[in-house]
Amino acid sequence: MKKLIILLALVMVASFVLAGCGGAVQNAVEDAVEDAVEAVEDAVEDVADEAADAVEDAMPAVDVKAGFIYIGPVGDGGFTYMHDQGRQAVEAMGVETLYLENVPEKTTECYDAIVSLIDEGCNVIFATSFGHMEATKNAAAEYPDVKFFHCSGWEINDTNLGNYFGRMYEPRYLSGIAAGYATMDNQIGYVAAFPIPEVIRGINAFTLGVRSVNPDATVQVVWTYTWYDPAIEKASAEGLLDAGCDVIAMHQDTPEPIAAAAAAGKYSVGYHSPMAAYGGDTYLTGAVWDLGTYYVAAVQSILDGTYAPESFWGGINDGTVLLEDFGPGISAEAVAAIEAAEAAIMDGSLHVFTGPIADQDGNIVVAEYDTMTDGDMLGMFFFVEGVIGSVD
Amino acid sequence: MGWVEVTTGFLSATIAMGTVLLLACIGEILTEKSGVLNLGLEGMMIVGAVFAFIVVQTTGNLVLAIAASLLAGALMGLIHAFITVTLKASQVVSGLALTIFGVGLANFLGQNYVGTVRVASLQAIPIPLLSEIPIIGEALFNQSILVYVSILLVPISWILIYRTRAGLKLRAVGENPSSADSLGINVFATRYIYTLIGGALTGLAGAYLSIGFNSSWMDSITGGQGWIAVALVIFATWNPIKAMLGSYLFGFILILGLRLQAFGIEIPEMLFTMLPYIFTIVVLIFSTGKFGKNSKIKQREPGSLGTPYDREARH
Repeated sequence: MKKLIILLALVMVASFVLAGCGGAVQNAVEDAVEDAVEAVEDAVEDVADEAADAVEDAMPAVDVKAGFIYIGPVGDGGFTYMHDQGRQAVEAMGVETLYLENVPEKTTECYDAIVSLIDEGCNVIFATSFGHMEATKNAAAEYPDVKFFHCSGWEINDTNLGNYFGRMYEPRYLSGIAAGYATMDNQIGYVAAFPIPEVIRGINAFTLGVRSVNPDATVQVVWTYTWYDPAIEKASAEGLLDAGCDVIAMHQDTPEPIAAAAAAGKYSVGYHSPMAAYGGDTYLTGAVWDLGTYYVAAVQSILDGTYAPESFWGGINDGTVLLEDFGPGISAEAVAAIEAAEAAIMDGSLHVFTGPIADQDGNIVVAEYDTMTDGDMLGMFFFVEGVIGSVD
Repeated sequence: MGWVEVTTGFLSATIAMGTVLLLACIGEILTEKSGVLNLGLEGMMIVGAVFAFIVVQTTGNLVLAIAASLLAGALMGLIHAFITVTLKASQVVSGLALTIFGVGLANFLGQNYVGTVRVASLQAIPIPLLSEIPIIGEALFNQSILVYVSILLVPISWILIYRTRAGLKLRAVGENPSSADSLGINVFATRYIYTLIGGALTGLAGAYLSIGFNSSWMDSITGGQGWIAVALVIFATWNPIKAMLGSYLFGFILILGLRLQAFGIEIPEMLFTMLPYIFTIVVLIFSTGKFGKNSKIKQREPGSLGTPYDREARH
């Protein structure tokens, strides 16, 4: 910039000189001015190039604007909060993003929400709740130039619609090991939202983890029939504590069950986002999401031109799901057992849903050495041995 | 676990759950007794909740936080009073607008506090001797200060309404404002005062939620409890003592299904989700008695409820 100003000043001085002189002097001055003008032009070009480079670095070559559809408010501190953390990771790439909160799972309303984001210029849509699936599929058919990603469903096509989710059962299993070591009365409470495969899979994986180190422990389930109700979630955890449970796990959107356990001086295992802050001295660990990893990779594939629709089910191997840092309540032997199991999952020698697995009545549902397929796991609708509660 | 611990836990949780409803319900009874219907409880409650939370986070002082919730609730009440008493606009519309405004404002102000750990919380304060009584002692006398306040407010507000001169004036204004006016009672001032008091108590209910009952700030933290409190006023037929029973009964119903499950008792989902509604209908039938013009509700409802007072109007 400084160079530019000096040169401009020179040109001005030269032109004043030019105005006041004539003849031979004029020619000489004209030459000087021409040189100066050329220099200025060069300098301007340099600056422009630099600026363009800087813009290119910041802004991707392909223009991507990502729109996110959320089921709840960003402020839920749980499910939508974690998706929004992922969105912010995309924003940090220099990609513009938009989001809509509280988009209902009704097909028409969700469709309208998607269209409004597309009208705002979004050419990538992330729909983050199971019930958004139908609307996302319809929109994908209607807008072939927009790329769609749907969380937790199964719809996919060849051009612009894929789905994604995390193998949360892996960290769930690991957190179960922590609970299995922590419980003294062998009674663990689990506050759960709805009896659907996603939640059931989590409870089963957790219970398998518990019983891998403590075969006598049982997991008592309370259904709240709500994803998000701080008061009900708290009351459920208190009920379980009063019933004699000394560890609380949960599949809800707020940290209230964890806080209830902490208030009673009992152990707890979190979910969704790191919840150590609410769990006090008796917090063990939690199974948490890192959706930013996937969102950044997905957007990057579009920027690189390598995008192809896929069914992505990320595990602890790629960091989509992970175990939260160990809390103050966890024992050294639990940490050792968890780290061993984690390494085994990472290298593929341990799969959570490998037989023999018995259901609540003791019938073997997965034979020894058999492993459930992804399809079976996605449709899981039974409780494993050790869970007290009912799936319907 | 013996049945004593189980019952104690159940009662204790019931009272904690019902306290939010009770505080807001008493506030609304006082407001409605003056003839002002305020449907904005949900909005006033959540604004009280967010200010209490923000003040705790910034100052760490619980007393200031409670004061902030009272003030915030009263200010919301002031808006309602100005619109409905001074401007004589529809109380229903103003109340609904207050709810929409309050929830939006609180969620906006609370945005930056989501996920933050609260620096101080209302703790249970056991009352000496009384808290030693088996079952009831633990449930009633080992709670936070706001639970005691809510319980004390029941007789205080009942005596105020039914046994004092001030209460007589209040009821007169609610029943027949023009008669009250002709007796020299300041109808406008009375309505302003009780709308402000109602707002302050509802704000206090919000504080109980955000700095006592719940562990952190969350979007829409009140979750519809303001609306339940509005309905409870009719249940209670404008009687604070019945409001207490109603609030605790409702708290009981809300946690009954969860507690049964915790003890391994299966209940069908449909029954579980229907319980509060079935309960509402049953209690309404029993508490209102006959229907039509002679129903207890019609007899007990303040005569001018919902109607702005206009001095110049013919009566």
